[in-house]
Amino acid sequence: MILSIARTALVALRRDRAALALAFILPVAFFTIFAVIFGGQHNATPRVTVVVVDQDRSEASRQLVAGLEQEGSLDILTTHSVRGQSAVPFDFAAAQAAVKAGDAPVALIIPKGFGDRPITLGPALPGVAIRMLNDTSDAIAPQVVMGLLQKVAMVSMRERMAQLGLDYAAKEVGGFTPGQKKRLEDELAALHREMEADANRPSGAQASSSDDFSGLIKVDRSAVAGESQNKNVISFYAAAIGVMFLLFTASGSAGSLLDEAESGALDRVLSSRVTMGTLLGGKLFYNTLLAFTQLVVMFVWAWAAFKMDFFSHIPGFLVMGLSSAVTVAAFGILLASMCRTRAQLGAISTLLILMMSAIGGSMFPRYLMPPAVQKAGLFTINAWAIDGFTKVFWRDLPISSLWPQVLVLLTAAAALFLVARRAARRWECA
Amino acid sequence: MTSSAAPVAQAATRLEPPLAQTPLRVDGLVKRFGQITAIDGINLELRAGECFGLLGPNGAGKSTLIRAIVGRVIPDSGRISVFGAPAASPWARAALGWAPQELAIYPRLTARENLYAFGRYAGLKGAKLREAIAWCLNWATLEDRAGEIAEKLSGGMKRRLNMAVGLIHRPQLALMDEPTVGVDPQSRNRIFEMIEALRAAGTTLIYTTHYMEEAERLCDRVAIMDHGRIIALDTREGLVESAFGKRSQVKARVNGRPQAVAAWVKSHGGRYADDLAQTGGESISGSAEFTVENPSQIAMLLDSAAATGLEVVDLSLRRPTLESVFLHLTGKELRD
Repeated sequence: MILSIARTALVALRRDRAALALAFILPVAFFTIFAVIFGGQHNATPRVTVVVVDQDRSEASRQLVAGLEQEGSLDILTTHSVRGQSAVPFDFAAAQAAVKAGDAPVALIIPKGFGDRPITLGPALPGVAIRMLNDTSDAIAPQVVMGLLQKVAMVSMRERMAQLGLDYAAKEVGGFTPGQKKRLEDELAALHREMEADANRPSGAQASSSDDFSGLIKVDRSAVAGESQNKNVISFYAAAIGVMFLLFTASGSAGSLLDEAESGALDRVLSSRVTMGTLLGGKLFYNTLLAFTQLVVMFVWAWAAFKMDFFSHIPGFLVMGLSSAVTVAAFGILLASMCRTRAQLGAISTLLILMMSAIGGSMFPRYLMPPAVQKAGLFTINAWAIDGFTKVFWRDLPISSLWPQVLVLLTAAAALFLVARRAARRWECA
Repeated sequence: MTSSAAPVAQAATRLEPPLAQTPLRVDGLVKRFGQITAIDGINLELRAGECFGLLGPNGAGKSTLIRAIVGRVIPDSGRISVFGAPAASPWARAALGWAPQELAIYPRLTARENLYAFGRYAGLKGAKLREAIAWCLNWATLEDRAGEIAEKLSGGMKRRLNMAVGLIHRPQLALMDEPTVGVDPQSRNRIFEMIEALRAAGTTLIYTTHYMEEAERLCDRVAIMDHGRIIALDTREGLVESAFGKRSQVKARVNGRPQAVAAWVKSHGGRYADDLAQTGGESISGSAEFTVENPSQIAMLLDSAAATGLEVVDLSLRRPTLESVFLHLTGKELRD
């Protein structure tokens, strides 16, 4: 009897393609996405784009830049295009703007005089600090850049290097006077204490220090975008999770087309004065409003519960909210018009939306992903919508800076709607 | 009911510009779905104000014909005009009302909200729409259930709402596709009253069904469809006359030996009904139907039965029905 019941269920499952897809394809697809993102088949550290401004133009600074350019984990940008002119060297303002705009998570400014005192050998011999501008929306990049900078100067061996330097001096120069020895020993003791203090300092405190002396090269770090990181993380997740659920809501809502087709209501509507174009237009309008309202609820909740700064970003929110809403609405209508049944729509939309959300940045930030996955993410609505919301809520950029995201989203919406209109021809007449 | 239905004709959608008087004309209509010919050369012309019945078994092509008339099926060849306008043209859409076989309503809207939605789709608004909703609720006797969610209405109420939604714009030609499917006798009678109210108001109707008694009660003319063709078209009396002339039908219930019953039925050109049963021993009991030119032939049947040892336990004489006509023309029961 138990076997009969199991057999009946198995036969039913075999004939339910939607359930089969959810049971077997979705987990495998998800596993693959996560494996590609976090697995060992790619470099563990994603490549970080770094803008470098060499104000010193000394031998040492050139060597440092050349050394950084040799690093496989870094994409070093020293020039940019300005009004048709290519290869214009970055200056401080341009570097700051690039970080603020999200073109690079980190900029390094090598100041004048760096070549004279490139490294720090204790408090008595401070080096000239390199200035690091960073975007707190990317918590990883500054750490990577900092580490690689210090790697060049052998960050963990500065005491030993100094000792070796002393030994070398004692041997070659003929030793030091008792007074000199005393001062050098004091200096080494101070260096030792400082390294012990570094070792005992909590890593978080070290990471958030604005005066990062954790190696031979002194770095002054300052955030130029996303200064209030916690609140901005909240706005990131409001957008990221919001867009993912917008997609679910839009496809579910557009599924009413399939219900109406099944009940015959669609036939009846189309036998009235309503044309298919008008009908789909009405559905698009409704689904856009629904999605936008969902976003408003999400962001207002983030403001009320997590003190996210919502009301000073209303214009940007309106632009990105409406662009995202109309695109997800068109996406939902396309799915509904291409599916035959509600069950099919449920399975395909779940599959697509979860995959889009994974690579589009709704589940974890895209900067954590390998470059290839980051590029693949650009084919998702999530990535463009989240980028736009990030510009508004993290970077405080003006509305005009949203044009790439708005253009891509609206173009996608138009394309999705046109394809949906074509697919819906099957309902127009037999 | 007649008084409440009266505004239908007065307020019915006026066609701009005025078109032909013939409500519906179908010429040489053919529709194929792959290898299947659903409609195979249908010609049809309706008269203003009549109730026209389309009879046929499932798969005869009735619904495809209706859907072609409302513009939801594109014919492979042939022409349909509604008051002179091509099917699916704005004029035809305005003049047509359609109650499909399926419950084509929004289940989560109330009865009133459904009427409002479809009224708007038909281009009504403001006072005209409110008036149309009130009329529809009254016509379908749903006034006290107007605020009820459609999916919670009884089967009969859903059917009535389904019809009312199709007539919200007061069309001059209404197409009712099997409106009584799955409803109880009381609801069926209510639907008949609604149809009769429309007829009284002058609305031209096409009524498809596979229930003979409905067609006999409601329709002025009947077309019998089979395999996508109209195989007969006339008034009920005309159909019976052309199929049976002045002949009547006799139904006799007999007991007797199987061979004797068979010989008796065969010798008088009759046919078995489907209630033959063994009654014990070698006897069987069952009914047979015969066509007779005049009632005096009944005596011959009875004499012949007695002569072969059959016991006639029941006998009735009746004029042939549409069912008989259908059987005569197609060789099968309507509900096969």
